[in-house]
Order: sequence, then structure tokens, then C-alpha cells
Amino acid sequence: MTGELPVLLGLLLVAAAGTGAVLVRDPVRQSFVLSLLGLSLAALFLLLQAPDVALSQLAVGSALTPLMVLLSVRKVRRKARSERREERE
Amino acid sequence: MSAAPYVVAGWLFLMGCYGLATSRNLIHAVGCLAVCQSSTYVLLLAVGYRSGGTAPVFSDIAPGSRPVVDPIVQALTLTDIVIGATVTALLLSLVIQVAKRHRTVDPDELSELRG
Amino acid sequence: MTMRLRMWVLALGGLGVAVLYVLACLDLPSFGGHRHPYGDRAVRAALARHTANTISSVNFDQRALDTLGEESILFGSVLGTVVLLRQTRDEDRQQPEPARVAPSVRRYALFALPVTLLIGLYIVAHGQLSPGGGFQGGVVVATSLHLLYIAVDYRALERIRPLGLYEVADAAGEAAYVLVGAAALPAGWAFLGNFLPYGTFNTLASGGTVPLLNAAIGVEVAAGVVVLLARFLDQAVEIVSTDEEAEGRA
Repeated sequence: MTGELPVLLGLLLVAAAGTGAVLVRDPVRQSFVLSLLGLSLAALFLLLQAPDVALSQLAVGSALTPLMVLLSVRKVRRKARSERREERE
Repeated sequence: MSAAPYVVAGWLFLMGCYGLATSRNLIHAVGCLAVCQSSTYVLLLAVGYRSGGTAPVFSDIAPGSRPVVDPIVQALTLTDIVIGATVTALLLSLVIQVAKRHRTVDPDELSELRG
Repeated sequence: MTMRLRMWVLALGGLGVAVLYVLACLDLPSFGGHRHPYGDRAVRAALARHTANTISSVNFDQRALDTLGEESILFGSVLGTVVLLRQTRDEDRQQPEPARVAPSVRRYALFALPVTLLIGLYIVAHGQLSPGGGFQGGVVVATSLHLLYIAVDYRALERIRPLGLYEVADAAGEAAYVLVGAAALPAGWAFLGNFLPYGTFNTLASGGTVPLLNAAIGVEVAAGVVVLLARFLDQAVEIVSTDEEAEGRA
């Protein structure tokens, strides 16, 4: 039973990071929480004896997905900013 | 303890759905979908876990010397993580298109536009 | 639909899902149980085919057709993103300005780039032996190239990234997978059968077709991710609609 304590902690971390990723409404901040979720999922998978899956999650979840979210936000915001300026003119 | 992974998987899925339904920003909604996706990873790996088992990789352990966890669910999860990222990319590019056409990424404003 | 009504519908649906999920979980084997009939058979089959990493054996041998389907989803999503994020008629390209990078950042990124690239290639090449494979290694290879964006600037990245070549490599990876699968047919095997000699257990050439399919996936994932990130970076850094550009000049 004591051997499974790390798994339990990992599960709690994943649940907390997942909840945070939903409740943080600003997409920029959300992408950081998503990256944290990716890292904690990778740690959990490692504890569940799945190094292949952890490697995949580490590469994708902690870097690739948050990066794409950030780039989309930048594109959308830049568009919105230039339009607001236009309206003011 | 034995129910904890299943509880966490269910919690993540429901939280993701809640976020999807209440989101005011399509980019945030795509992030919530990623949370939903991760619940399936937790569920699959929890089903395949074996107490005291090790990873099913036999380059440094002799076959049969130790119990190993279920490799099939790991293979399923592994491919889905990479595929999931590319599908997220497709969704985000749809969001960028929506922002270009309708000048908003708020789903509520978008449905007002249509109606 | 008002927000209030929506929350009620959501609560009702969520409750239904929760009840069904709990009922389903009651019939699931308990966490950490010792009965894994499919897993045990997969391990036996992988060892019989001299593949040390059982997960690679499942992905590229025992369930290779399934991976073909997954890979096609990846190919389709990359294609869809390329089409959706192309430069349209009312958009122009703005030359990105050269950026100043702190020397310590530049030194670190230029040091990390070749190391990461090598690790990525190692992960792809050793997929049938140790944890890793085409899916993971491909992502690492693709992201390592983007360290150049951090180290220098966007124009340097564009110079080492002839996008057309990566698009061809993406398609070539997909085609190579199908061709290796079809090569089994003249040898009298089923499509995607493991028709090559299995080799010596725990060496680089072991596992028959597993290393070949693994490499094909590695090429496709690496090229696909590079193309995806290129499209997003183009949209975020270079491509501006004409009214935005007029704004910038004014």
C-alpha cells in the first residue's frame, strides 16, 4: 500500500492541474497551466510504469500544445488590437 | 486507493466538459478539450497497471523475471497523445479562421451573429 | 439558450454521465490487479518476434493496421491545418525584423540544439529496444529545430526550414509506411505482416519490420510537426491582413 503513495500524489497533482486549466479563463495563463498539467501527467505515467507514454506526453503536453495555444492567442489578439485602433480613428 | 485513478479520470472529464460549456473564448475551449482528452489517458493506464509490475521493456530485464504492466493500453495512449496534439492544432487553426471571418472568438457572440 | 438553462442542461448531463461512469467502474478490474490476459499475450508475441520494447511491437507489428489509421489522422490534420492557415488574397507577408538575443540565451540555445536533435534521432532509432520510437522522437526532432528561433531569430529558422521539403517528407513518411506494409504481400504475408527475419534479440536490427515502420512514423511526425509549427508561426509573426499592414505603416 505504501508503495502506491507516489501514484496517489501524482493523481492529486493531475486532478489539481486539470481543474486549474479549466478554471483559469485567460488563454495565455491557461497555456501555462496546461504545460503544468502535461508535466504532472508525464510524472504520473512514469509512476504507472509507462516510460514510453511519459516521453510522448513530456514532448507534446509540456511544449507543443501550449506553444500552439500561445501562437493562436497572439494571432487573434493582434487582429483584435488593430481593429480597435481602426474604430478609434 | 484502488478507486482513486478512476475517480480522477472521471473528474477530469467532467471538469473539461464544464469548461467547454461555460467557456467565453474558443481558444480556452480547445484547452478544456485537452483536459477531457487527458482523462482518457489516466483511465487507460489505470486499467493496465499491475501492482509491483515494471515497464514492459525487455532490453535490461530478463523476460519472465518480473511481472510487467499491460503494454496494449500504453500503446493506445502513446499514439493518441501525438495524434491529439495535431487535432488540437487543427482546432486552433479553425479558431484563427473564425477570428478572421467574424472578428470574435466568443462562442456566445458567434451564435448571436448567426441568429 | 440563456446561461441559466445551459447550466441546468449541463448539470443534468454531467450527473447522467457520472452515474453511468460509476456503474461502469464497478465492473472494471480493481486498480493494480494481476489479471491482464491481453497484455500477457502481447508480451509473449513481442518476445517471439525478438522485439525488446513490447509497446513498439504492439504499435508497429501486432496492431500495425491500427497505427496506419492513427497516422492517417495525423496526416489529415496536418493537411487541414495547412489549408486553413494558408496566406489568403487579402493578406500580406511582413518581413520579421531581426531580434536582439541575450548572449547567454544564444549560447545555451545553440548548445542545446544539436544535443536535442541527437537525442531525438536516438529516441527514434532505438524505438524497438528502449522506451521511445517514431512518435516521441519525431516530436523531439521537430521541436529541437525551433531552438534556432530562440537562439537567433525567425529569419534564421526560415533559412534551415525549406517548408516544401518538409511537406514532401510528411507525405513520404505516410507512403513509406504503406509501401512497407504492401511489401509483405508478394512474400505471401498479410498486409503489414512482419515478413522480415526477426534478427538477434536486443540489437538495433531486431524486430523485422518494426524498425522500418518506426522510422517511417518518425519521419512523418517530425515533418508534420515542423509544418504545423511553421504555419502557426507564419500566422503569428509574418502574415498580416492588408488593413493591419496599413495600420503598421501609418
